[in-house]
Amino acid sequence: MQIKTMAEYAASGETPEVLFWVGCAGSFDQRAQKITRAFASILDRLSIPFAILGKEESCTGDPARRAGNEFLFQMMAYNNIQVLNGYGVKKIVTACPHCFNTLKNEYPQLGGNYEVVHHATYLQQLMDAGRIKMKEAGSFKGKKITYHDSCYLGRANDIYEAPRQVLQLLDAELVEMKRCRSNGLCCGAGGAQMFKEEEKGSTRINFERGAAAVGTGASVIAANCPFCMTMLTDGVKEQGKEDSVKVLDIAELIAQDMA
Amino acid sequence: MHIVQAIVFLVVFVAAVYLFARKARQIRRNILLGRDVDLTDHPGQRWRNLLLLALGQKKMFRKPLVAVLHFFVYAGFIIINLEILEIVLDGLLAKHRLFSPILGGLYPWLISAFEVLAVLVIIGCAVFLIRRNVLHIRRFRGHDLDGWPRSDANYILITEIVLMTLFLTMNTADQVLQIRHYGHYAATGPFLVSGHLMPIFNPLSSWLLVLIERGAWWLHILGVLAFLNYLPYSKHLHILLSFPNSYYGDLNPKGKMENMPAVQHEVQLMMDPSLAANAPAGDGPPPKFGAKDIFDLTWKNLLDAYSCTECGRCTAACPANITGKKLSPRKIMMDTRDRAEAVGKIIDQHGGFQDDGKSLLRDYISEEELRACTTCNACVQECPVSINPLHIITQLRRHLVMEESSAPAEWNAMFSNIENNMAPWKFSPDDRDAWVNG
Ligand code: SF4
Ligand code: SF4
Repeated sequence: MQIKTMAEYAASGETPEVLFWVGCAGSFDQRAQKITRAFASILDRLSIPFAILGKEESCTGDPARRAGNEFLFQMMAYNNIQVLNGYGVKKIVTACPHCFNTLKNEYPQLGGNYEVVHHATYLQQLMDAGRIKMKEAGSFKGKKITYHDSCYLGRANDIYEAPRQVLQLLDAELVEMKRCRSNGLCCGAGGAQMFKEEEKGSTRINFERGAAAVGTGASVIAANCPFCMTMLTDGVKEQGKEDSVKVLDIAELIAQDMA
Repeated sequence: MHIVQAIVFLVVFVAAVYLFARKARQIRRNILLGRDVDLTDHPGQRWRNLLLLALGQKKMFRKPLVAVLHFFVYAGFIIINLEILEIVLDGLLAKHRLFSPILGGLYPWLISAFEVLAVLVIIGCAVFLIRRNVLHIRRFRGHDLDGWPRSDANYILITEIVLMTLFLTMNTADQVLQIRHYGHYAATGPFLVSGHLMPIFNPLSSWLLVLIERGAWWLHILGVLAFLNYLPYSKHLHILLSFPNSYYGDLNPKGKMENMPAVQHEVQLMMDPSLAANAPAGDGPPPKFGAKDIFDLTWKNLLDAYSCTECGRCTAACPANITGKKLSPRKIMMDTRDRAEAVGKIIDQHGGFQDDGKSLLRDYISEEELRACTTCNACVQECPVSINPLHIITQLRRHLVMEESSAPAEWNAMFSNIENNMAPWKFSPDDRDAWVNG
């Protein structure tokens, strides 16, 4: 898979259709890197001209802002917007709901105006356009799958249906947890919680969510966020189900069975 | 006699309205202690929210059964005000059933409708009392309700039942007297509910019935006036404030955090020194970063606090609270209101605010609570009256981090990683695209 950076596009005088914003987790977290590769491979196989920023990408500043460090957020935002505007970026797709939310909702006020789509919506658009073709007998056919709404895609941005529609491509049985859609339960990672111990309590949020997900009897938990991925994987482990229940990103699910 | 009654009524009525207006002004002043925000954009959408959320109670219907019962109580409350209008006018003009001759045949229908509502209100309140006190519903058991808030809810429910019972009693006595052609009790035509209750009163003598009718009339209107003056001290202020609060509710996507132009400006100057030449000379006080006390919150945050119904839907959905952390978004709202009231008292006593050595942060809301929030927006989603507890939490966090440099060690490490490595983890920025070769 040949992945070009924005700088390479610019050097050759071309413009990509879309910029793939990878995000920190997608870049550095070993598990999330697999999601990144899966999504990139989908774009690649559909011959969609896309670019990454590569080393020029920086944290959007989301965890800093939500922890209360507005200075740091503004610094990251300033730099990122300089880079993005420098390349004249118009459209961004990202596999991280936190990056999606920040780029889409918080950068415009600071001078960064782009069309920003989360990969769930992007995949749905490709699906609606009939561009994604799946294998006849997919590996998830007839299996029970449950979907975990990430807070930053769901409640924060009211996107509940796109990922569910994409999952229909798998021909699997979608079972919902009791808390789903706008009632969804957080995985525990947002608001910079990913980067510190939880406060004292009776249990961990991801254990609570992991138990609910395992409780559906699904063999696959579908996620749309690298942070949810980490949290849910731990939650499933805590239930002792890491061998029978897999946590997979929607991009991974699609990439695996694409014709 | 009638003139005496009318004068007594006038005095009581004016006093009650005066006291209410005075307290309402205090609350308005307290709310305006918050910093200014402009929430006048998109009036069309705002009116829609008011109609859907406050009048239509759209979010209540996330729990249909409760919503229906609440709707009875609420509709009963609103519509019965029409009937109170008649009672007030009767009181002032020394008349009895002023609207009866004016409305003619429509009158018994109208009163019958009110009576049906009164019965529904009684049923609704009775079920709510049971839910609160007998059934084990987690959001009514939280410790943030201990003491006054728990009694407050019960007082109101009991008062409503009493008021509705008085209304029905008054009508029943009235009807028996009408049938007996007693005194000024002119025939109005039969009422639907009280008509069936007449047998209870039939054996009583007419003067006793007059006593009951007048007694119920007075207690009813005195109860309503007392209720009016109780409202501002109670969570039931939401009856009034849910309307402006829905109007001024957030229109942005929930994920969007409020920008801080002062910080943005400073960072711009830092990143691009050439801008510094054109920067306005900084007179005026240095900007405060984040919120420590109610003065640093917006007036909408404070309106939120006064609108809170203490229903606990936010807390019941809060992942931190569900997993036993100290954080309860309901408590955040109650603390904010308590602090605003305390500040208001100081102003009333001293003619202006004098530092009492306390602040919303720490004296009311602890760091531990603030730290536990995942910014998941479940509380914002759930609140039926458009309250945003998260906005208060993030502003207090900003104060902690930017004014006090108070953050858990892991967050400080995360901050320095972002600053030095452009990512919250300690990886080399050169490896950012290493996944390509994985
Ligand atoms: S945003 Fe914070 S306070 Fe509100 S429900 Fe989520 S964790 Fe609780
Ligand atoms: S903030 Fe809203 S949901 Fe929470 S207790 Fe108050 S009224 Fe209820």
